[in-house]
Amino acid sequence: MNLEEYKGVYVFAQQVDNVLNSIAFELIGKGKDLAEALGAEVTAVLVGSDVKNLADELAEYGADKVIVVDDPELKEYRTEPYAHALASVIKEFKPEIFLVGATAIGRDLGPRVSARIHTGLTADCTQLEIGDFPINPIPGKEQKHNQLLMTRPAFGGNTIATIACPDFRPQMATVRPGVMQKRAKVAGAKANVIEFNPGFTPDNKYVEILKVVKAVSDTVDIMDAKILVSGGRGVGSAENFKILDDLAAVLGATVSCSRAVVDAGWKPKDLQVGQTGKTVRPNVYFAIGISGAIQHLAGMEESDIIIAINKDESAPIFDVADYGIVGDLNKIVPALTEKLKAELAAK
Amino acid sequence: MDFTLSKKHEMARTLFREFAEKEVKPLAIEVDETEEFPRVTVEKMAKAGFMGIPIPKEYGGQGCDILTYAMCVEELSKVCGTTGVIVSAHTSLCCDPILTFGTEEQKQKYLPDLAAGRKIGAFGLTEPGAGTDAQGQQTKAVLDGEEWVLNGSKIFITNGKEADVYVIFAITGMVEKRGRMTKEISAFIVEKGTPGFTFGTKEKKMGIRGSSTYELIFTDCRIPKANLLGQQGKGFNIAMHTLDGGRIGIAAQALGIGEGALERTIAYVKERKQFGKAIGSFQNTQFQLADMATKAQAAQFMVYKAATTKDQYTKDHKTSYSVEAAMAKLYAAEMAMEVTTKAVQLHGGYGYTREYEVERMMRDAKITEIYEGTSEVQRMVISANLLK
Amino acid sequence: MKIVVCIKQVPDTKGGVKFNPDGTLDRAAMMTIMNPDDKAGLEAALRLKDQYGAEVTVITMGLPKAEDVLREAMAMGADKGILVTDRVLGGADTWATSQTLAGAIRNLEYDLIITGRQAIDGDTAQVGPQISEHLGIPVISYAQKIEIDGDSVIVERQYDDRYHVLKAKMPCLITALAELNAPRYMTPGGIFDACDAEITVWGRANLVDVEDSNLGLKGSPTQIAKASDKVRKGQGEKINKDVTESVDYIVDKLKVRHVI
Repeated sequence: MNLEEYKGVYVFAQQVDNVLNSIAFELIGKGKDLAEALGAEVTAVLVGSDVKNLADELAEYGADKVIVVDDPELKEYRTEPYAHALASVIKEFKPEIFLVGATAIGRDLGPRVSARIHTGLTADCTQLEIGDFPINPIPGKEQKHNQLLMTRPAFGGNTIATIACPDFRPQMATVRPGVMQKRAKVAGAKANVIEFNPGFTPDNKYVEILKVVKAVSDTVDIMDAKILVSGGRGVGSAENFKILDDLAAVLGATVSCSRAVVDAGWKPKDLQVGQTGKTVRPNVYFAIGISGAIQHLAGMEESDIIIAINKDESAPIFDVADYGIVGDLNKIVPALTEKLKAELAAK
Repeated sequence: MDFTLSKKHEMARTLFREFAEKEVKPLAIEVDETEEFPRVTVEKMAKAGFMGIPIPKEYGGQGCDILTYAMCVEELSKVCGTTGVIVSAHTSLCCDPILTFGTEEQKQKYLPDLAAGRKIGAFGLTEPGAGTDAQGQQTKAVLDGEEWVLNGSKIFITNGKEADVYVIFAITGMVEKRGRMTKEISAFIVEKGTPGFTFGTKEKKMGIRGSSTYELIFTDCRIPKANLLGQQGKGFNIAMHTLDGGRIGIAAQALGIGEGALERTIAYVKERKQFGKAIGSFQNTQFQLADMATKAQAAQFMVYKAATTKDQYTKDHKTSYSVEAAMAKLYAAEMAMEVTTKAVQLHGGYGYTREYEVERMMRDAKITEIYEGTSEVQRMVISANLLK
Repeated sequence: MKIVVCIKQVPDTKGGVKFNPDGTLDRAAMMTIMNPDDKAGLEAALRLKDQYGAEVTVITMGLPKAEDVLREAMAMGADKGILVTDRVLGGADTWATSQTLAGAIRNLEYDLIITGRQAIDGDTAQVGPQISEHLGIPVISYAQKIEIDGDSVIVERQYDDRYHVLKAKMPCLITALAELNAPRYMTPGGIFDACDAEITVWGRANLVDVEDSNLGLKGSPTQIAKASDKVRKGQGEKINKDVTESVDYIVDKLKVRHVI
């Protein structure tokens, strides 16, 4: 493998139902930082059916080039044709770096593609930068420059590791949604659009989609919320989430929850914060009746202000809370709602 | 001499502990408060094979040993004494006598359902006038053609109304023994739903409040002749042999209750602060804990020793475990009472409240000094063996 | 039907995370468990066994002590256990791990391979899909429901805002979510049998169609540049007061921080 042949930062521009996912713009934003450090361009790889019209939006968020793989086989996400699309793009265009969102799609697609082209893949990265590997020179070992250094949490968020992929290209990473910053949108920006179709022939690896069932949800995506009122097992029941709904209503906040709540069937999966749910960074995060298992903390500890209410004084949530209140949520939350109503009415 | 548990027993303990923590502990307060039999837990235990641990596989059991069974009762009792005794009474007092004294037909008929937990077992010996003194029995069984006709009542029966299969003792005649006429006692298997078999009042108890303690009433209750368990007239031996085994179960229950209280107390004294320091940093607390832990450890050795001695009996059908069982029960029960009492004391005022559970453990512990032979009876068994 | 379930022994990070005095993770003090997603995968396989009849083989790659997790799986009801262990396999990243497991699985007949979505130590979610790629079979990740239909498998595949009902011809690889089911307990008798059972142990020599250059640390494209224990945000304030004071405290803080 001639590593020199591989140039440029490529990102997978994930779309579902011909709507681009925010992760696409986040990857372009991060990709720009990396490309600037390398003196290279950012290319978005857009895969789907009738998706060419989305190329301009990618350009507006900073993509220099857009490769469009457009084919009816790509209408709904399926592992095999999408893996074939990306692997073919990589073989044809030889990128130095390839980033994929660590979404329910990306974390299926990324490993399949990396295995097909034989390169390394680092999962669920929260930080990416260009640097040397090894980071500090080691006698007798070549220190390679301009490497992608991929940082990620492991052990349920207890440790962080920085990974490099010095001998294989592209250097691939899946990137945790909600962590990288998008660039400001530049209206009217255009990119160089290249259409590429490697041909799609169904084989045993193509699965058949029998049905697509969309979850009905009229709630705001918890990843976009400014204030989250989040409940855990301590809330006690699905019905008792009403006191959280009331508090959220007063503050214009959104209700989210911990995994225990989803497991108990009190709230749907898309409201779950944490390692196996969503990573959130709201201005204010209320953790109500949430003990703060490490997997939960991993998904919310970057919040600006964390307010925890829990009756267990030793709950780990208090280790990350800016303001911790030991007490009975059933009394404090309704009283807080009333008090806030009065305060806001007085303004 | 090797005090380390085998891989099998280590894994089994892990299983029992995980099950107890996840399935039993969350319900313990409720079971005590409502005095309701934890049916759902029993169903889960049945699925996990806990209702037939020492029953051979050929009868649908788990094919494990008494030590494994004792560890199960121990771990369950750490979090809920009620759940511990349900398994103990079912296994030791119903399954075991059927396995030991039953005919092949009886074993085939009853054990698979009992071992799988589809049916629950109970044991009826005690009567208003016959507790420690089994000769005080009044319940009678009279053979009438192809049926035994039972009349009388039994009290304080664990799993009372919830069981399906009962091992019942009754007088079947008078025999001359050393020149005196004594009652001839026989054992029977009685199924729930048999006409003439009804339930009296439910006991309101100090502890183990979810264990469904009922009076059983037999009024012209006709059971098939084939339901005589063991030989006619051997009932007293069957009862004593069964209680020897049962005592290992109760000893394990007592052990678990004591250990559970100790675990909670250790956690509590690390957290609770007085005079600006965790109370665990005071020497009085430390010495109390040291005594509690030492006695709990001693009790565990005695229970495991009794269990493995009964396992030896299972293999050779001659090793006696009666004294070991009596000593284990005597010591573990008194340990449980002492440790739980100290646990409440170390918890202070909180310990006296229901929220902290050690008060429940103290109430649960008391019965272990009373049922399946009081501590006094255990001392009689032990000393009789010393002076024989 | 023959089902292969890939399982991993992992440190128990839930609840019992232990730290050394210097703040690093004390791995030696942590209990090991069967990875929760893998356990859900095993339960799914055992339910298929209960429903349709199947032979369930569990396979793990790890140190010799990983044998424990195979025995646990067998105590739950798996029929056979295979431990893949060899010094040359150590230090593997997901590429090398998936090559190893694929190399081992090539010895077996299978209709279905089930893996957990991800392990709680590495959290990569990569090994399952990579095994399927090496074996040239379809993958269905994030399964929330699994049924068998003749020679095909029908799976509900979870996404953020929807699920797809997918049909794939077997052989096929499925990755399971811990939410898929509540795994059964071991049984005491199962434990006794599992402890007496023979575990198959395979080393490098038993791997089929895998080159040395794809195994272990040397065969891993990714390399660790740096590992450190995470520095947590420090603890803030904590109060334990009555309801009114608590509420006033929160409102005050929200004002100070210009939230209201």
